Amino acid sequence: MSGWDTWALTLAVFLPAAGAVLIAVVPSKDDRTPRVLALVFSGAALAVGIAMLFGFDYGAAGFQFTVNASWISAIHATYHIGTDGISLPLLELTLLLSFLCAVYSYRILPSPGRPRAFLALMLLLETGMAGTFVALDLILFFVFWELVLVPMYFMIGVWGSSNRQYAAIKFFLYTLFGSVFMLLGFIAMYVKSLPHTFDIVALQHQAAVAPFARNVQLLIFAGIFLGFAVKVPLWPFHTWLPDAHTEAPTVGSVLLAGILLKMGGYGFIRIALPILPDAAKVWAPIIAILATIAIVYAALACLAQSDLKRLIAFSSVGHMGFVMLGIATLSAVGINAAIFGMVAHGIITGMLFFEIGSIYDRYHTRQIAELGGGMLLKVPLLGFVFAFTAIASMGLPGLAGFWGEVLSLFSAYAPASEHIALFRTLMVFGGIGTILTAGYILWTIQRVAMGTVPQARVDEPVADVTRIEWLAWVPMLAGILILGLIPRLVTGVTNDAVTVLTRVFIR
Amino acid sequence: MIRYAWIVPALPAVAFFLILFWGKRMPGKGAEVGIAAMTIALVLACVILGQWASGHAPVHGSFLLLQAGSLRIEAGQYIDGLTAAMFVVVCLVSLCSQVYSTAYMKGDRRYTIYYAWLSLFSAAMLTLVIASSLFELLIGWELVGICSYLLIGHWWEEKENSDAAIKAFITTKTGDVPFLFGIFVLTLAAGTSNIPGITARVAAGGIGTGVLTASALLLFGGAIGKSAQFPLHVWLPDAMAGPTPVSALIHAATMVAAGVYLVARLYAVYAPSGHALAFVGGIGAITMLIAALLALVQDDIKRVLAYSTVSQLAYMMASLGMGPKGYTPAMFLLFTHAFFKALLFYGAGSVIHAVHTNNMSEMGGLRKHMPVTFATFLIGTAALAGVPPFAGFFSKDEVIATGFETHHYILWAVALVTAFVTALYMTRTVILTFFGSYRGEAHPHESPRAMTSPMILLAILSAVAGFFGFLVFDWTHIPAVLEPEPFQVGLSILSVAVAFSGILVGYLLYRTYPERDPMLRMGPLSTLLVNKYYLDDIYTKGVVRPIQYPVARDVNDFDRTVIDGAVNGVGVGTRDVGGFLRYIQSGNVQRYAVFLFVGVAVLAFLITRF
Repeated sequence: MSGWDTWALTLAVFLPAAGAVLIAVVPSKDDRTPRVLALVFSGAALAVGIAMLFGFDYGAAGFQFTVNASWISAIHATYHIGTDGISLPLLELTLLLSFLCAVYSYRILPSPGRPRAFLALMLLLETGMAGTFVALDLILFFVFWELVLVPMYFMIGVWGSSNRQYAAIKFFLYTLFGSVFMLLGFIAMYVKSLPHTFDIVALQHQAAVAPFARNVQLLIFAGIFLGFAVKVPLWPFHTWLPDAHTEAPTVGSVLLAGILLKMGGYGFIRIALPILPDAAKVWAPIIAILATIAIVYAALACLAQSDLKRLIAFSSVGHMGFVMLGIATLSAVGINAAIFGMVAHGIITGMLFFEIGSIYDRYHTRQIAELGGGMLLKVPLLGFVFAFTAIASMGLPGLAGFWGEVLSLFSAYAPASEHIALFRTLMVFGGIGTILTAGYILWTIQRVAMGTVPQARVDEPVADVTRIEWLAWVPMLAGILILGLIPRLVTGVTNDAVTVLTRVFIR
Repeated sequence: MIRYAWIVPALPAVAFFLILFWGKRMPGKGAEVGIAAMTIALVLACVILGQWASGHAPVHGSFLLLQAGSLRIEAGQYIDGLTAAMFVVVCLVSLCSQVYSTAYMKGDRRYTIYYAWLSLFSAAMLTLVIASSLFELLIGWELVGICSYLLIGHWWEEKENSDAAIKAFITTKTGDVPFLFGIFVLTLAAGTSNIPGITARVAAGGIGTGVLTASALLLFGGAIGKSAQFPLHVWLPDAMAGPTPVSALIHAATMVAAGVYLVARLYAVYAPSGHALAFVGGIGAITMLIAALLALVQDDIKRVLAYSTVSQLAYMMASLGMGPKGYTPAMFLLFTHAFFKALLFYGAGSVIHAVHTNNMSEMGGLRKHMPVTFATFLIGTAALAGVPPFAGFFSKDEVIATGFETHHYILWAVALVTAFVTALYMTRTVILTFFGSYRGEAHPHESPRAMTSPMILLAILSAVAGFFGFLVFDWTHIPAVLEPEPFQVGLSILSVAVAFSGILVGYLLYRTYPERDPMLRMGPLSTLLVNKYYLDDIYTKGVVRPIQYPVARDVNDFDRTVIDGAVNGVGVGTRDVGGFLRYIQSGNVQRYAVFLFVGVAVLAFLITRF
């Protein structure tokens, strides 16, 4: 069993990369080989992930499936990986969504095709994302973090829509800009730690025993804040997101919204809060204010969007606002809310981007006005699934989106931060945000799915949901329902680890 | 059986999934599954009520939904007499509506999904009723809201209908936000979100009056939205865009009563707070009268009934606001109202089915063509207007009398005036619809038995339910409430006189079927009523439109020009600084990466020098 325990995580992280290499080197005359390889390798990674669910000890708060091997000894960087209740849900989300993207890509590829390159990049992306969630060494974390940038850059830049170059460069430079400061923060942590270490666990331990001086903490927090905030993205660092999403191919958008954004939120929970607890207390109200602005601002911006994909992209800013509000409360409820919110948003918004991709494939436009409504008549199943997912995105109880949102608001009512009056005020604005959210979601459903089919489209032959789409979607649709009805599936994993992590913030 | 009460909501929930996935392939298109599930649920509900009536103790059981930090959220079942009685009412009206719909919705393009939503609604409503924790109640609460949205917008091909659906959802959601905060306040103060736990904590004096008042008022926000009380009542008349059986079930008998049920369920929280009770009573008083006046000027028969529903729900709220003695009359009215208002809607649906219009100006003389509809509608009207011995007389009279006895003289006076208006608008409705000669162009006929049978059943209940008022206290009282005042002959003579004078005035005004409706000849008052006190205009022009434009548009412009402008400005600025950086902007990513690492190395070097 010990062999499995030590190898499982490495397998889950690097199987996709191995698949990427294989796709790149195996010569294939037809397009089928790379698709099968992508399916097999992401499927194998998911299988490992599922097996881990059975081996995971849910009663323990510490890291499991750990490996700690020397790596770059000159700077004491180690290959230290492991997972706990905080990272496990996000890791599983990564493995699931990536596999479903491989399923979807088995039949549906964006122009200009070139499945080998596309799928290799997709698998490489998976390794980067999964690695980010399990890395327990700052340098390793940074390598995985940056590894994500490159495939996504090419996905947007090569397989994107008309304005792809601009969006790709913006995405790349903006996140790079953030991560430079993040890396500086990491290096500062190394320099200030005694003994010098990049090890996240060791740094957390040091923070509990002999934390950095307050001013040092504040400065380092500022650096890594920039890195994580751009990724989340937290208002006002969000403007790369709508552009990137609007231009990205379907699978790129699914992974971007579904997983990439979570890396930022995860970074706050895993690195910023436990290693820099005093700075976190100072920064918490600032983050909370920005997060709440994001909620209301994004909902208002959504009301003004004419492009369906851009609308959903903006909605991500709002949903991540709830996540960040939860984190900023520094409370166990808030961080549970944040992880739940991230998982739920990953599934729901990932699903929405799948649907928008399929809508675009059929209607050749994403402009709400040009879609013209009546989708429930023209393609009833697609219209129904879209409406269902959109309503889930609205935070309807009984569906996954509800718990992250409601727990986040609850945590703002009872924050661990000392600024209770501020947080309760923010809760009220967050509540107003939920009304606005319901407004733009229902209005979107009305304009896209309801009404009659426009005259120009009546005779247009349009297929309803295809088999491959069902295969990719059903697990997500089921997940939306199951997590909504049995929220314990997530909190049962996260709560112990979160409770330990937030102990330091209890007043 | 009472220990397995959770089966009652589970039945329609299972039916929902069966209909959703396989309904279209069934011989009855899914209706048979819904009806079967509701029939069994009704039988079980009756058994449960019987067990309760024969002295069973309250049942509470729950399981963990989630735990986050010290916050435990549970779900489960809590069954006492209030739950059991609501069960019977919800199941009965659900079943009636489903049977009625087999005829009313026959041939509808989305017949199957309609039954799926009806079943989901019943499941959600029963979950709301059985909820053992506030969060579970919230889940049921919001799910009935989304079912209401889906069913109001059932004919979504027309934008008016989906507009009405959105309006209903957003308006109630506006109340649900304070409701949610109220749950937070109460949960944090009581240390649990379980309703029995909260009740016990309040009874033990564990929560200060200030906190109770705050949570009671916040929770009431949800009740204002759901039960369509002023100032959030505006959605209910528009909700009449949905199919009529939906109006009967959701927008008259059950869901809109959820706000009243909420206050009753948490009456332990309301009772100790004088401010909260005064607020509930005040909202009730305002709403009952303004809604009844609006019912006077409507031409759409369903809108008359919708405003009447708002007004009657306000009676219940006012009664609850009168204090522990007002609880039982409120519940009594809730149950009887469910019967006679569902009946009236079925009658209206029957008429609409026959003449293909909602407008009373195109009806008239239908009593000859539709005798069963006429007779049952008349019973419903008598019940609503408070004519003895029909159900509404006893229940409404009890509310009015309690106002006097508990010295809430303003509530009492408003309730009496409203009773007059109620009798007046119902007389107007009956005369315009059933008397005189037919003014439309269809060929009216009596409705099929699937529609008339529920009407007959409910007519019987509306006629006799009033005599069973004594059971209401025995069955549904909770520890926080007091026994109602005994029946006072003097007071009831007064309210009967008021009701009859309303009918008389209505008769005098409408017996000659005037060309121009006298209600529209009241000058500025008519203008005010026809324009619904301009509330819709205020909301639309003062809130909704400005948010859509210019606020949302401006935010988006701000985002593009200022925030993103700054980002692009930095990019362009750096590019123009020198050729070196222009070289970077070539888009060559490897080069960026090289620069990144060089830059980091330099900075790292500097840091280590510190």
